[in-house]
Amino acid sequence: MSQELIRLTSLVMEFDGERVLDSINLYINDKEFLTLLGPSGCGKTTTLRVIGGFLTPTSGDVLFDGKRMNDVPAYRRKINTVFQRYALFPHLDVYDNIAFGLRIAKLNEQEIDERVTEMLEIVSLKGFENRKVTSLSGGQQQRVAIARALVNRPKVLLLDEPLGALDLRLRKDMQNELKRIQQAMGITFIYVTHDQEEALTMSDTIVVMDKGKIQQIGRPEDIYNEPKNAFVADFIGESNILDGIMLEDYKVKFFGRVFACVDKGFEKNEPVDVVIRPEDIDIVSAEEGHLCGTVTSVTFKGVHYDTIVDFKGFKWLIQTTDFCPEGSYIGIRLNPEDIHIMHKSEYSGMFGDYSSYSAEYDEIADAEGSEDEA
Amino acid sequence: MKKVNRIFTVIVFIFLYIPMIVLAVASFNKGMDIAVFQGFTLNQYRELFRDDDLLRLLGNSLIIAVISSLIATVLGTVASLGIHSMRGRLRSAVMALTNIPMTNPDIVTGVSLALLFAFTGVLLRINSVLGFWTLLIAHITFSLPYVILNVMPKLAQMDPDLTEAALDLGCTPVQAFFKVVLHEIMPGILSGALMAFTMSLDDFVISYFVTGSGFVTLPVEIYSYTKKPIQPKVYAMFTLIFVAILLLMVTMNLLQARDSSKKLRRKEAHR
Amino acid sequence: MKRKWLSGPYVLWMVLFTLIPLGVVVYYALTDSVTGAFTLSNLANFANYWPIFLRSIWLSIFATLICLLIGYPVAYFIAHCKPSAQRLLQMLIMLPMCISFLLRTLAWVALLEDTGIINNFLTSIGLSPLPLIRNNGAVILGMVYNYLPYMILPLFTVIMKIDPRLIEAAEDLGCNSRQVFSKVVLPLSVPGIVSGITMVFVPAVSTFYISQKLGSPGTILIGDVIESQFKAAYNPNLGAALSLVLMVLIFICVWIMNRFTNEDDEESMVTL
Repeated sequence: MSQELIRLTSLVMEFDGERVLDSINLYINDKEFLTLLGPSGCGKTTTLRVIGGFLTPTSGDVLFDGKRMNDVPAYRRKINTVFQRYALFPHLDVYDNIAFGLRIAKLNEQEIDERVTEMLEIVSLKGFENRKVTSLSGGQQQRVAIARALVNRPKVLLLDEPLGALDLRLRKDMQNELKRIQQAMGITFIYVTHDQEEALTMSDTIVVMDKGKIQQIGRPEDIYNEPKNAFVADFIGESNILDGIMLEDYKVKFFGRVFACVDKGFEKNEPVDVVIRPEDIDIVSAEEGHLCGTVTSVTFKGVHYDTIVDFKGFKWLIQTTDFCPEGSYIGIRLNPEDIHIMHKSEYSGMFGDYSSYSAEYDEIADAEGSEDEA
Repeated sequence: MKKVNRIFTVIVFIFLYIPMIVLAVASFNKGMDIAVFQGFTLNQYRELFRDDDLLRLLGNSLIIAVISSLIATVLGTVASLGIHSMRGRLRSAVMALTNIPMTNPDIVTGVSLALLFAFTGVLLRINSVLGFWTLLIAHITFSLPYVILNVMPKLAQMDPDLTEAALDLGCTPVQAFFKVVLHEIMPGILSGALMAFTMSLDDFVISYFVTGSGFVTLPVEIYSYTKKPIQPKVYAMFTLIFVAILLLMVTMNLLQARDSSKKLRRKEAHR
Repeated sequence: MKRKWLSGPYVLWMVLFTLIPLGVVVYYALTDSVTGAFTLSNLANFANYWPIFLRSIWLSIFATLICLLIGYPVAYFIAHCKPSAQRLLQMLIMLPMCISFLLRTLAWVALLEDTGIINNFLTSIGLSPLPLIRNNGAVILGMVYNYLPYMILPLFTVIMKIDPRLIEAAEDLGCNSRQVFSKVVLPLSVPGIVSGITMVFVPAVSTFYISQKLGSPGTILIGDVIESQFKAAYNPNLGAALSLVLMVLIFICVWIMNRFTNEDDEESMVTL
């Protein structure tokens, strides 16, 4: 599976002197499902457009199979794109939309018909051939867009937030469907999203981006369990991030107490960021706890309670199925594998504090994230 | 309030159409005086179709209108594509250039072109360059902004991803224009062309300054009637033109109405 | 691939046939008609025509205001019709513009003349004829008639685009119908008002046929003077100078008007 297909080397993109992509280095393997993940304005869509051939990088190279592609226009690349708002041709019906690329390639009508029919089946749109695309629902338009791209049998499919406009239920269905199609057709998907859950569900590899730079590349589990810096820790899932001192290998000190951990390879007494995932924390009685604090707010979230606990003025988020009423004094225990240590970075101190936590926090963050990228 | 407004609107429409009625009635008048109706006749219409001069003038007007609106439409549409991709100062400069003939009074446009042609005549040592070509140039010039102002909003409304989608599916930029963009902006192009055509057919002021003795359009000829009495067959001609345009507009209106009700139904069905 | 070069031919055309001609106007305005030498006398001559300029401006301001007063209720009415009726009425507004304005003006002459249709009617029912033609009123009427559609159409476009939810919001916040109009509808129609005023005032102030037919020698307008410099008196240099002054005057007016709206002038109302 790991034959390299696309490589980006020290890619830089500037618009009117503003640096949108900053030395991006990335390789993408054949048949890989790779996701570019990040908040709006992080450069993920720009990276995708560079790969698609809609933008020429300011410097750096785009290589396909080792060949430099910088100046090859979009229409000569064996790549197809599923656009954010689908970009279906409103003057053509479903069939003609899907057949568009094949007609441009001047295939004979019989072959076009075979391939379009096959594609309609794959995206479960049989019987919709002659429908106007404007009369379709969002989910159906989405399928047409996917079919229109895949019917050309590209080596790589680029998808720019393709599920952004769909509602939650449909989005979940389409996630599974996309993954199924990708495996069935055996081609490379490069997927752009700001939705971390989507990225974790679908990807072989996730590339976390922010401010035009790659923050971390890795498998979903690695990104979640071993975030490289406070940004990644906070963007993927919820995290409590604290200042600590790495005393020696497997020993970290924070809140005036030394904890055993599983990390090593830091300098002696190096200041570090300590990440503790809210779902990893065990609540115990105050006497048994490594740390003790007061519950300041409890929000019911369905599967668990979001419990905010004040430890000496620093507020932690704990996700637990045990209900602890507001004002109760509780203890927590931390196992060595619950503690993850990161080097200090430019993001240190910006994330992971729940002092200003409120129940609407998630929704606000979501609304910001779903805005279109410039 | 709404009722008062309705009555008022009806009165305004009557005001707008009084002259049309006067002209139409005059075209069936036996007498020469437009103000006195002396009995019904179709003679004026018979006369009209025997008058080669008048028909030739109408032909001249139509030739100029067709050629100038065609050229203006093609040139203007291509230009719109270019302007659409411009940003900032360059764009405002080009749009300012487009707005000059729009804000300039017709008489100034006419005078400035007349002087330009006179000046060229002097440079080329030709007595007068005025004629078909100067008329055509003038008509293209004042039609162009209308095309651009009709096409530009359609380009702005168009999903920019459509062009990229076409490129993505293997179209060259030229193919992408003809296979996708053109369909999207067609309504704008058509209404721009239609405006250019009617402006050209109707134009008197600018034509008056740039026309030569060799090639005269209908409105310019009518102006010269200030000096001699107007012939009633001219009324007949304009009544016919009026009816023709009315029919054309009603047909377009019906087609549009059918189209939009279809769309509406589709939307409802979809819900 | 530079798409902006597509507008190259157009820009070249517009420079050749609008910018350069304006330069030629300036050249003629600043040269002597006989010797061709540089002179300011043409421009200075403008002082002689100042009263005519003023009259043109006053008459067209009057005509523009009347157009606004007549046009706004009509545009408002059309904008609140069903879409099918809207299209029909819009078409009916434009239809008269397709007939040569010369003929329509002649029809008004036939109506207003001393022995015209209206006066014939008045005498036939035993009333004395009225002096309807060859006065300022007739000229204003001619202007209002000819340019009223240019007022109604942009007003209609703007009023139609006002989001009905805004009106509901205003009502919700306690506005009565008059307040809704003065506090929401009217302010939002300002771009249409501005573009309508421009589209009526500019052709009205520069017209030269209406005043000849409906006015008297005492009511000639600046357009008539310019026309006669080219077609009768043959003094193109003076004509150019007067055109230049007229153009500058109109540009100043339009510029002032446009300061009332911060909209992009690009999307002005000149679309079908």
